[in-house]
Amino acid sequence: MGRYFAIRIGRAALTIVLVVTFAFVVLRLSGDPALMILGPEAPPEVLAAFRKAWGLDDPIWFQYLDYFHAIAKGELGRSMRDGRPAIELVLERIPATLALTLPAFAFKVALGVPAGIYAALHRGSAIDRAVMMTAVAGFTVPSFVLALLLVLVFAVQLGWLPSGGQDSWRHAILPIATLSLGGAAVLARFTRSAMLEVLGQPYIRTASAKGVPWRKVVTSHALPNAAIPTVTILGFMVGTLIAGAVVVESVFAWPGVGRLLVVAVANRDLAVVQCILLLVAMTMVTSNLIVDFLYGFLDPRLRAKGAHA
Amino acid sequence: MSPLVSIEDLRVAFSGVPVLRGVDLTLQKGEALGLVGESGSGKSVTWLAALGLLPRHARVSGSVRLDGRELLGAPAAELDQVRGGRVAMIFQDPASALNPVLTIRRQLSEALALHRDLSGNAVKAEARRLLDLVGIPDAARRLEAYPHEFSGGQVQRIMIAMALAGNPDLLIADEPTTALDATIQAQILELLSTIRHEMNMAMVLISHDLGVVAENCDRVAVMYAGRIVEQAPSNQLFADPVHPYAQGLIGALPPLDGPRRRLTAIPGTVPDPAQMPVGCAFAPRCAMAAEACGVSAPSLAPIADDRAVACIRAEASRRALLGIAAE
Repeated sequence: MGRYFAIRIGRAALTIVLVVTFAFVVLRLSGDPALMILGPEAPPEVLAAFRKAWGLDDPIWFQYLDYFHAIAKGELGRSMRDGRPAIELVLERIPATLALTLPAFAFKVALGVPAGIYAALHRGSAIDRAVMMTAVAGFTVPSFVLALLLVLVFAVQLGWLPSGGQDSWRHAILPIATLSLGGAAVLARFTRSAMLEVLGQPYIRTASAKGVPWRKVVTSHALPNAAIPTVTILGFMVGTLIAGAVVVESVFAWPGVGRLLVVAVANRDLAVVQCILLLVAMTMVTSNLIVDFLYGFLDPRLRAKGAHA
Repeated sequence: MSPLVSIEDLRVAFSGVPVLRGVDLTLQKGEALGLVGESGSGKSVTWLAALGLLPRHARVSGSVRLDGRELLGAPAAELDQVRGGRVAMIFQDPASALNPVLTIRRQLSEALALHRDLSGNAVKAEARRLLDLVGIPDAARRLEAYPHEFSGGQVQRIMIAMALAGNPDLLIADEPTTALDATIQAQILELLSTIRHEMNMAMVLISHDLGVVAENCDRVAVMYAGRIVEQAPSNQLFADPVHPYAQGLIGALPPLDGPRRRLTAIPGTVPDPAQMPVGCAFAPRCAMAAEACGVSAPSLAPIADDRAVACIRAEASRRALLGIAAE
């Protein structure tokens, strides 16, 4: 069991290093922060001074090593715009993002999972077809289109809800709805197919053949098995809690991590972008680890493998 | 004596394609009936339909009575009592027949709680006794294990234990040994036969292995393309099959003693269920088919007290049999 997790944690660390490296290289090759932040009209000596101050004149490998050296000391750099530590800028945005993504996650699960189960149990029925059509629409329509559509209907036409900003809880409704609908659709489809797969298994027939009432066949035989693939997609969704709302935050002018990322990338505010990406990679990787752990809990076959590995 | 199960004109269709085309079958208390035929001939479907275990889109008609009570269309609660309680079923592929995420104890206890008035420690004790009965060593400890921790033969033993949990009057064994090694097969069949005699339980052994059926069953029904084509006591069927299909099946078996002879094969393949011939379904493959065979399908008719055949030549055969008897 120990080795099982050691291998996974090692892999997780490698993933994080790769993400950070990729971001580091791409950001430095794709634009000059001095020009972006000071503007093209800035005098050359000011630009040069800026580059020198932030170490942008050093060779890229030197900057890279320097960056990792700083991380090892727990320093994630400072924003080139206002000189504040990048981590501070990011952390102060997190509550706003979670205020959208956490309720959205709850709605996704509360809507998607039961809809998927119901559709699978009533395969071919009108409700199944309705759920599947909604689900296909839900994940083919891009979130910015859905967001704009909701704004058009509920803010512009009906005037019930504000179209953007963060002044009251009412401002959160449309962004949360946008995030929830797409995710619920994905989850409904996944749950449905996981459930259909399980319902076709011989052990379901065995349970029925020994006289277990259908409701109990579903709850105590089918659901625990269908939970295994569903947990994968749930884990992925947990991974997007921090930065899964980039588009939605932009559309609704919601001051979360996603907005910060967009602004920081546009300005080539290197430390801030890297800090966000590091955080995102860490959340993703952590949620994957949790999923691996849950697999072991849900599926005794994997538990056994883990013990021997 | 009134039969334990009587099936009359049982028909099943999947999305309009008929797979059972009128099955008539009776089963006495304590009797062992073999059901043989090729894959797709409807052996399993007959019993899955009888117990209401087919998927929803299957259309089932006819009548299945257990001790005189109609099962087709019976309320779900009544069927749940019958399934596992009166009629238990074990399946071909033991590896996937048990729930992989539940312990053996939970799966056994579930059946015990449903069909026996047991609770708490009594359930656990009975579960242990059942595992002992089917020959799982170290039963007390193994109860806490998961299905993947057992071999195929052991899982089939556990399936049998679970089937016995409700003290059923009838055990349907659907190809119980097909997925197992030859040596394990013999052990499982022996276990089934011992238990059947001890518990005075009727058994339907579904198999495509004629040898298995001959050895373990009192009576055999041969199925072809969704119908029973011949029914007879085992020894009579093997000594003297009447239906050309049954003759073909037995002709394809190598004789254990006596002179060696060339084995025969039945030419052709089973007709597509969506395009059944108008007359006898076997006629296109039958060496003895006459023009009349293509006109209408023969029904299963008695040729002796305990024998029935669905073949227009059966009448002639019966006369031949009587002729031999008269001599």
